[in-house]
Order: sequence, then C-alpha cells, then structure tokens
Amino acid sequence: MQFLYSGLTGGSIYALVALGYNIIYNTTGLINFAQGEFVMLGGMLIYTLFAVFGMPFIIAFPLAVVTALIVGLLFERVFINLVRVKSDINLITVTIAASILLRDFAMHIWGRDTVTVGEFMPVKSIELPGGVISNQSIMVIAVGACIAFILHLFLKRSKYGRAMRACFDDMTAAGICGINAVMVRVMSFGVAAAVGAAAGVLISPITFVTYDDGLMIGLKGFAAAILGGLGSFWGAVAGGILLGLLESFAATIMPSGYKDAIAFVVILLILFVKPAGLFGKRMAKRV
Amino acid sequence: MVRILAVMVIILSCLTAFAGEVKLGALFSETGPASYLGHPEKLTAEMLVAEINAAGGINGDKVVLVSYDTQGDEQRTINYFKRLATKDKVFAVIGPTTTGSSLAVKDLAEKFNTPLISCAASATIVTPVNKYVFKTPQSDIHAAETIFKYMKSKGMKKAAIITAQNGFGVTGRDALIEGAKVQGIEIVSDEKFGDKDKDMTSQLSKIKSASPDAVICWGVGPAPAIVAKNAKDLGINNLFMSHGVASMKFVELAGTSADGLKLPAGRLIVADRLADSDPFKPVLMQYKKDYEGKFNMPVSAFGGHAYDAFSLFKLAYEKSGADKDKFLAALAGTKNFKGTAGEFNMTETDHNGLTSDAFIMVEIRDGKFEIAQ
Repeated sequence: MQFLYSGLTGGSIYALVALGYNIIYNTTGLINFAQGEFVMLGGMLIYTLFAVFGMPFIIAFPLAVVTALIVGLLFERVFINLVRVKSDINLITVTIAASILLRDFAMHIWGRDTVTVGEFMPVKSIELPGGVISNQSIMVIAVGACIAFILHLFLKRSKYGRAMRACFDDMTAAGICGINAVMVRVMSFGVAAAVGAAAGVLISPITFVTYDDGLMIGLKGFAAAILGGLGSFWGAVAGGILLGLLESFAATIMPSGYKDAIAFVVILLILFVKPAGLFGKRMAKRV
Repeated sequence: MVRILAVMVIILSCLTAFAGEVKLGALFSETGPASYLGHPEKLTAEMLVAEINAAGGINGDKVVLVSYDTQGDEQRTINYFKRLATKDKVFAVIGPTTTGSSLAVKDLAEKFNTPLISCAASATIVTPVNKYVFKTPQSDIHAAETIFKYMKSKGMKKAAIITAQNGFGVTGRDALIEGAKVQGIEIVSDEKFGDKDKDMTSQLSKIKSASPDAVICWGVGPAPAIVAKNAKDLGINNLFMSHGVASMKFVELAGTSADGLKLPAGRLIVADRLADSDPFKPVLMQYKKDYEGKFNMPVSAFGGHAYDAFSLFKLAYEKSGADKDKFLAALAGTKNFKGTAGEFNMTETDHNGLTSDAFIMVEIRDGKFEIAQ
C-alpha cells in the first residue's frame, strides 16, 4: 500500500508537468523540452523568496508562479519568436537549446549545490491503512488537483482558453475569426511555465532543488504526456499519476536501481503498441 | 688535479647548502563538483607550508609548494602530475582529492619516481600496495566496522542497507557486506538508490517490512538527505549514515529529519567536545584554531586529510632528507603519528595505517554533531 501513497505524490507532479507539455502542444503543435526547467525554476524561485527573503508562503507561492509566467512569456518572445524558419523541428531544437541555457543560468545564479527550501508547514506523518503519508504529500496531491481543475476551467470556459483550442484545431481559421494567433502562442508558453513552476514549488520541500533537476523531471513528464496521449487534458493527468504509481510499485518488486528506467520503458512500449497514448484520439489525416 | 676536484666538491656542497629547499607538488580539486573537498585541502596545505617556512623549514630546507587545480578531472590530473614530475621536478606530491583521479596517477607515481600521498578515501588506492602511493583518509571498511560495533553494543543484530549507485555507494556496499560477515550482523534487506533520485519511500517501506534493528544508508550529496526525510515520514528509527555526510551541508539539507541520526566520523567534527584526556584533542584543536582563525570558515574532515598528508611528508622528510628511497622507507615506517584522521601506523603492506579506531560514532542533535552515547 505504501507505494500507492508515494506514487500518488510523484504522480501529481508528473501530471502537472505533462499538462504543461499539453498546453503548448495544443496551441502550437510543439514539444517544449524546456518544460522541466520551469519546474526547477519554480523550486529556485520559491527558495529565493521563501527561504532567502523570508516571505510568507502565501505570498511567495503566487509570486514565484507569476515570475515563472513572465519568464515563460519572455522565453517565447526570445527563443521561439526570433526563429526565422518556424518549422517544428527547428523550434523543438530551439527549446532543447533554451533548456540548456536556462540550466546554465540557474547554475550561475544559484550555484551548483543543492538548496533546501525549508518546510511550508510543520511536517506530520499520517497513518493510513498499509502505510503512512506525510501532510506535505497530501498538500502536493491536493494543490496539484486544484491547479489541474482551474486549468481545465480556463481552457474550457474562458475566452482565452477557447482561443487556444481554436488555434490548435486550425491556425488559419482561428486567425480569420479574429483570434490573434501570436498572442495565443505567447500566452500558452506563459501558462505552461506557470504550471511547471507551481509543480516545482510544491515538490521543493520534499526533494530539495538542484540546478540540473529539470532534465529528469522534464523527461518523465514527457513520458507521462505520451502515456496519457499527447494533447489530451485528462490523459496527461491520468498518465502522470499512472507513471508515478508504476515507478514506485516497480521499486518495490524490482531491484530499486531500475526505478528511473520505468519512465523510458513506458515511452517505448506506448510508442510500439498504442502510439496515440492510452487516452489520446487518433488524429485523422486527410490524404 | 686533486686541488681542482676539491674546489669543485666544495663549490658543489656550497651550492646544495644554499639551495636549501624542497619542492612539494599539490594536486587538489579546487573547483568542480569536488570543490568542497579540494578547496579546504588547498587552503590547509598553503597554511602549513607558510607555518613550516616561518619556523625555518624542514631540517633547514624551505618548502616550496607547487599547486595545480585538477577540477576533479582525471585527464587533467594525469597531465598536471606529469608536469609536476618532469618540469617542476617536485620531490613528492600530496593529493589528488578524489578516488578516480588518485587511481589515474597511481602507476605514474612509480614510473616518474615521485611519491604520492593521496587525500582520497577508497581502499583501492593502497590495495594492491604500491611502493610510491600512500593515502590519509580512513577506509570504508573501518566506517562499516565502527557502525556494526556500535550496533552490537546496543544489542542490535539485524541491519538493512540502502546504498547509492555511484563509486562511493558501491564500494561502501561491499564494505558493509564484508564487515557484517566479520561482525556477525545479519543483513536482512539490500536496497539501492540513484544519485539523483527524489523519492526513496518505496525502497524504505520495503526495508521497513523486513523489520531490521537498524537501517544503514551509504551515499553522498542530497540523496541521503532525502533518505533521512523519507525514513522520518515512515517512522523508521535507528538510521545510520556513512562518513560521507559528515558535513554541516548535509545537516542543513536534511533539517529536522537529521535529528537523532548517527554516523561514523573522524574526531575532527567534534573536536571541542572530546574529553581533555583524549590523545587526539591537542592536534585537532590546534588545527581547528589555526584554520578557522585564518580562513574564517568551519574546519572540515577533508582539510584534515591534507593536514595529515603534509604532516606525513614532513615527518618522513625530517628523517630521510633528499634521498627518495630513504624517504619512502621512512614514510612506510611511520609509527604512532597522531593526525586529524587518527593514529597512523604504516607498514610495508599497509600504506594507510589507520584502523577503525580512527572513527567514532557521532549523533546529529539539534543541527549539531555530538558524540553518540
């Protein structure tokens, strides 16, 4: 049973990262490989605001997320917008380059050492049938679920959310209807960065933050997005949680050294067996 | 003819008398990932050289330190070692900082006829023994022994181990399994974790279900701090760690979850809490006072390794002078030298000379290292 509790915690984070991939994929058709760096950035920002400047968590959390959102907007303006030939392969390569840049900046600003954020609240372990869960983990799961729900409302109900979805369906048609497609692209990067940073903030007291954390969590979030079906909102959530559970379950039955390999075995299996992902729709292609 | 020869001999002997200096090479990882080890080592070596020269040198010979930054990189270490041996023509080398770079130059020491006193921990540096290679830090097996002896004194018989998947963790795991056999401790669970893992709850809950008397974690960096945190959440008591986390950095990372955790460590980190009768106290306090006074930062075991390396060099050179063979014999014959790591008793076959007495069990209490009861 214990694997269930720790799997849910890790899974919530993967789900948020996977959602970040989906937001950008759904509006631009791109995979933003710098998504993991936003998670690291969230952790580093909360470290700076909460642990170094000593702001109350209730202020530091939104501030960290908003700062990340601004970085996300700038990220699009600098890295994506300036690329002259906007083919998918060019842009995806640019996101990889940008992720390395972000990591190096972080290394210079915050150093090579692992930093510790401290605790947002007094830690308690709660006894549950078959295991224990800390209140930190519960917070990660609960806040993660809230963020997913708010994001869902935003995409389904708000004007901007609809514009985002319209752009994915057909960029040209959306433009004709008066949607500013560039604006939507910029915004999708901002929102994705904010969601990633929120994940980074939530997980930081449990895992600490190191400048090069983004790579692994980014790849695992990507695995979760593939597992759930790239582009599917609830697919990302389900994929993330499933991946978290798989990982922690695998660590209990297999030699624990193989834990990290699980995510990548999952990517391969899905691509071999069901390329659209568990919950993805197969895209119709006109010939 | 005889007169000319006599004049030449006199001139030559005058020259050597005036030359009166000995060159000592130093290879430390001042920057790079191992900088928290290499930086204090470099500072310590510089401090000691300045002290000894102010006091008139060794047997009247001034010590000239030639130091290079290896950045923890093996190829760089090899290049710098060759440079020290051929271009700078040093008498001996202290360092390198890490096990990997020490092993990289192990064979070169003999090839270039340059003695090496390493500051890296792995026992593989001195086994199989090489006439030219020595090391000052304690070995893993001593740390494991210290933990098991402590466990036995508390009536604990079953241990679970959780080790990192890196050089330090793998050699540590071997030492634990070996040591457990000797000490009659049963290992009931053997788990591993990756250096960059963020959650070890699964491994630890597996360990918990094997109900060991104690859990021993072997790793360096942030991962052991996460193990401490997860273990606390799961309600695992009696967590032991390796000497790899004997630094304030670890205590900061792990925060309150480090409370009550025990580990084997050199006496240096608890120097001011040792009994006055402790034979090591004077040397430790002296080093601590000098270092902290000079550099205004807390002393660490790693700087201590350089202290021991330089002191061993000094003691042997005092006996041998500039003759390399005599120097090596003197170094291998070091007896009863009380350094920061422990008491060194070298032999032809043991080029470390420490025993498990070099370690004591310490406990982390309220964010400080204390001697474990």
